[in-house]
Amino acid sequence: MITKRIIPCLDVKDGRVVKGVNFLGLADVSSPVKLARFYSNCGADELVFYDITASAEGRALFTDILTEVASTIFIPLTVGGGINTLEDFDRVLKCGADKVSVNSGALRDPSLIAGAAKKYGDQCVVLSVDAKRVDGQFRVFAKGGRLDTGLDALEWIQSGVANGAGEIVLNSIDTDGVKNGFDMEMLEAVCSVVDVPIIASGGAGCAEHFKTLFHSLPKVDAGLAASIFHFGEVSIPALKRELSEDGIPMRCEEARYVQD
Amino acid sequence: MIAIIDYGVGNLFSLKCSLSAAGADAIVTGDPEIIRSADKLILPGVGAFGDAAALLRRDGLDKLVIEEAHRGKPLLGICLGMQLLFDYSTEYGRHGGLGLIPGCVRPVRDYIPEGYKIPHIGWNALRFPEGQPVSPLFRYIREGDCVYFVHSFCGVECGENVIALAEYGTLLTAAAAKGSVYGVQFHPEKSGGVGLRILKAFCEEGEIC
Repeated sequence: MITKRIIPCLDVKDGRVVKGVNFLGLADVSSPVKLARFYSNCGADELVFYDITASAEGRALFTDILTEVASTIFIPLTVGGGINTLEDFDRVLKCGADKVSVNSGALRDPSLIAGAAKKYGDQCVVLSVDAKRVDGQFRVFAKGGRLDTGLDALEWIQSGVANGAGEIVLNSIDTDGVKNGFDMEMLEAVCSVVDVPIIASGGAGCAEHFKTLFHSLPKVDAGLAASIFHFGEVSIPALKRELSEDGIPMRCEEARYVQD
Repeated sequence: MIAIIDYGVGNLFSLKCSLSAAGADAIVTGDPEIIRSADKLILPGVGAFGDAAALLRRDGLDKLVIEEAHRGKPLLGICLGMQLLFDYSTEYGRHGGLGLIPGCVRPVRDYIPEGYKIPHIGWNALRFPEGQPVSPLFRYIREGDCVYFVHSFCGVECGENVIALAEYGTLLTAAAAKGSVYGVQFHPEKSGGVGLRILKAFCEEGEIC
């Protein structure tokens, strides 16, 4: 049976991991390479790296860091941020990424999803969506959650999957940073319209929230979080043990095989 | 020295790095001389079976790999590289494989119940077939340890050559072997510490008993 995945997310700016609260107020946490190794040894099932740098220098630094991570960490790596063209896919895949996450790039050019899926396979293309309730609708936001695109999130996700997105990261802006639990209502709505793996993001504050997520929404495959892992509020080995004891399929042996 | 056979499919960076981490001296190469002089071979692969088989044949590497395997050189096929070791595949038409492990390759969809997603992607636990000794490839891990899969086709009709299975609505072939030819459907280079231990065991194949 495929296990449920616990995924720490590392936002990288100018070579350092940062984490915004409600996308604001950046705070330095640690070195991406060290943090990646730490998480891999803790049993993280996958790592997501978002490049939130705007400058060319920052981008070059990001690819260097990615290469270093991929040469020492041997779990699946998903990379997002600044993915606007097939060349961007190529750039991060060459550095050792396994999956590439598109967000604003796909909003600007929806054909990016189909082009990438055709070239690299559906399993390689992750559609990341920042969504928020507006006028009784789940609305897609761009530019790191600052710009209302006017698009209906469910329709956008359905068209993304139809075009070849192999996985969805759903980040609820409404619950992000609040630590009150995942946005179950929004996730359930997405689960009901697509059949690809769904990664829940935004709102996790404690182990209980992951339990509720996996028990209530069996179609959700993974839970993603950042600050609660970075600041040690939730320890991944303890979380996975707790979920496993609660009957949720988890990969728990990694602690026995820690890399030196 | 281990030769990772480069025939133009996929990115071999992670694989090379993971072999270094497992303590092996690995080189990515398509050079027949280096492949002949290597102690062990790894056949990687991603994408479609037919395309990969054609690329391997284009460079004459198919015959070379078969020759070296018949001489007893340890060989490990990974993912599509494993599927190429079988007799044939039915992915987009019928394509011949290397015939090094009895069996063929068919869509996972034909074997699993409704409601299971394709591809079979994620971490899944290895099960060892009952009534046979554990393969030397798994001597550093335990039954139930998880490895990382990404595939839509799978090896079937492999008989006694199956050395590991994974439960996904049915039991899928996770690994198969014949003599010193091994194939793993999962990605050891993406399977954390468990994957590194499998690679380490392969690297030591023939050196310890």
